[in-house]
Amino acid sequence: MSAVNPLRDPRDRRIPRVAGPCVLVLFGVTGDLSRKKLMPAVYDLANRGLLPPGFSLVGFARRDWENEDFAQVTHDAVKEHARTPFNDTVWQQLAEGIRFVPGEFADDAAFDRLAQTVAKLDTERGTGGNYAFYLSVPPKFFPDVVAQLKRSGLSSSPVGQDGHRPWRRVVIEKPFGHDLASARQLNEIVNSVFGSDSVFRIDHYLGKETVQNILALRFANTLYEPIWNRGYVDHVQITMAEDIGIGGRAGYYDGIGAARDVIQNHLMQLLALTAMEEPVSFDAASLRAEKEKILSAVRLPENLATGTARGQYAAGWQGGVEVPGFLEEDGIAPDSHTETYAAIKVGVDTRRWAGVPFYLRTGKRLPRRMTEIALIFQRAPHLPFNATDTKELGHNALVIRVQPDEGVTVRFGSKVPGSAMEVRDVNMDFAYGESFTENSPEAYERLLLDVLIGDPPLFPQNQEVELSWEVLDPVEHFWAEHGKPDQYVAGSTGPASADALMARDGRAWRRL
Amino acid sequence: MTIDLTDTTTGAIHDALRQARLRLGGVASGMVLTLVIVTNEGEQYDAVRAASAAGRQHPCRILVVIIRRPEQRSRLDAEIRVGETSPGETVLLRMYGPLGQHADSVVAPLLLPDTPVVIWWPDTVPPIPSQDPIGALAQRRITDAAAAGSPRDALARLASGYQPGDTDLSWTRATPWRSLLAATMDQPSGDVTGGTVSAEAGNPTADLIAAWISHAYGVGVVAEPSAGPGVTEVCFTTSDGEIVITRPDGRVAHLRRPGQPERRVALHRRETTELLEEELRRLDPDEIYAEALAQFQTAHHSQ
Repeated sequence: MSAVNPLRDPRDRRIPRVAGPCVLVLFGVTGDLSRKKLMPAVYDLANRGLLPPGFSLVGFARRDWENEDFAQVTHDAVKEHARTPFNDTVWQQLAEGIRFVPGEFADDAAFDRLAQTVAKLDTERGTGGNYAFYLSVPPKFFPDVVAQLKRSGLSSSPVGQDGHRPWRRVVIEKPFGHDLASARQLNEIVNSVFGSDSVFRIDHYLGKETVQNILALRFANTLYEPIWNRGYVDHVQITMAEDIGIGGRAGYYDGIGAARDVIQNHLMQLLALTAMEEPVSFDAASLRAEKEKILSAVRLPENLATGTARGQYAAGWQGGVEVPGFLEEDGIAPDSHTETYAAIKVGVDTRRWAGVPFYLRTGKRLPRRMTEIALIFQRAPHLPFNATDTKELGHNALVIRVQPDEGVTVRFGSKVPGSAMEVRDVNMDFAYGESFTENSPEAYERLLLDVLIGDPPLFPQNQEVELSWEVLDPVEHFWAEHGKPDQYVAGSTGPASADALMARDGRAWRRL
Repeated sequence: MTIDLTDTTTGAIHDALRQARLRLGGVASGMVLTLVIVTNEGEQYDAVRAASAAGRQHPCRILVVIIRRPEQRSRLDAEIRVGETSPGETVLLRMYGPLGQHADSVVAPLLLPDTPVVIWWPDTVPPIPSQDPIGALAQRRITDAAAAGSPRDALARLASGYQPGDTDLSWTRATPWRSLLAATMDQPSGDVTGGTVSAEAGNPTADLIAAWISHAYGVGVVAEPSAGPGVTEVCFTTSDGEIVITRPDGRVAHLRRPGQPERRVALHRRETTELLEEELRRLDPDEIYAEALAQFQTAHHSQ
């Protein structure tokens, strides 16, 4: 950005940051994600006044559509899924900047038309030559799209008349590869054209809001940091449970499995945020440095047979509905070894965490949908009560609920009212939604705004992605060579082998 | 449910609130602030409606102070609404006789502990908000200069009595404009040498926008009358030419700058509820408002 803008004052917190003039180019506009999340998020941003005058949206897909058809699709998606009320004036402003370019990824002419379309938007609507490319397409198309962006000259930006170089940014979605080698390859492809600061990876399970909430809880308070270590913490459980099955995602899911789908990115990120040291500042580089340190200190157990567990859901009753087993789902081979439940015990080799196990688990068709980080504390070294008085007292726990009902629960012992001395566990609960007069923005809204503003991504860059694969690859190799996933009944809490994993350590999973 | 208490005390109101909460299953657990509204019988309906809507997502206790019949004997009537229009609690406090001079003695015991207190005068501008007996109980004091007979004089009075924590809805109304202007000036442009802000006559928001720009750039900015509605145009005079944003219809703004195509963006006038929501979002002193207000006062005096 050029000289300081006197109208921007860091003390002025009423004025939101608004993106500068730009075009958002969306690849894969026919997908579910585009319709349900991206298009509504664009509208919500416009409705909140966070998009610049002249903002334009260009769709690219293999469809025989005119601009108006794409505008209509967007209109319907917005009406159905936007979070803010539909306002016709806002929509009209947005609709004027909507364009569509039909074509395939192999088609040079289509990308030349795309380049002409955005160049025309620059002159018609003053978008200033700034382009963001959102690749909402399967990773196998990335090489094609990226190569085409380079060939058509879309990815490079000449210095303008005012001596100002317009920006180019690219957004990609998980999965970021399926092992270390493929992740490296993917990074190379993308980085051959876009600098690492221009690449925004979104993990749609992990909104920036959540990341910042965890950081605020840990580092804005004095209350938690003194006990946030091996001196007080017995173990940590990080869970992401889903109640749904694989639905229509058989093609994607078969061969990927729960560990690659969730543990590699989502749970490893949550682990890093929980275990990392305090960053020297909250800029993206300092945060990344701390997360990378923790990820490089993550160690797998020596014996992967006893330190990991995996399962496949079998037919059963889930939430009052009879559901098929994983092997009976459409598009899944009856002898598939893909796991739908994965649990891993890891250690973090740092002074703070030596000897404290971190248990990560994720699964589909579990009793309910929830994501949480639970720090289970050690029992008090001495209890000045009769053993019977404290029979119902468990371990103290601090639980960060990521979803649903984002918030924090503290579990501790309290006296039961009455003449007898009896201590029992109680909960103290805080919910973000109840304590602020503000709604937290949707994850995609924040991400899109960050992309358009150019806020350095809080999301993982190459190094973090590769470090997480380094942790997971040995597990995947071990699983590929030894046996097959255990079956667990849909609607239950996972395979018996996962419970056995905890029982061997004298612990138990938190109830789902 | 609605509970009417006549000739009552704050102790009895407390008891009634607790009873109501128990009966409804502990609805009002997470209340985030107390909002005191000082108004009159004629205006209270709209004010309470706007405040209830603003508090819909997040429960707060709304205390409405209505002073009536100073010549009668002292009496306090309370109308308690719980679990109806908003998730929090609303208490209308009608004070008769000399009690009206001691409204703070009724309000203070009813404030929620450990949470901020905000006071809002929807239809009067007190001479010095922080020295008002009830105003002194609040961290945040919201006035509305536009509701005064002479908005400019009201702004000037607010400027001389300003204390951190004061804020005015005419400043809140400026936020979408200021946001657009700041975004406009994020783009490289020539040196700003002056400007004008056009609005319908007696619009305090235009005065504050002009003062804000003037303070930021250290240049003179003129407020000019137009047909409205609200603020209709802001123009920056720069060394590269004029940057003009017009909004003739109160809905869509047109942005023109030298050598670039005209751009349009939706720029709505907002409802009181939205203004209140913005005000309740942050309760720390608004230093930018203080500076704009001081700048306005300087310009106002030199006229």
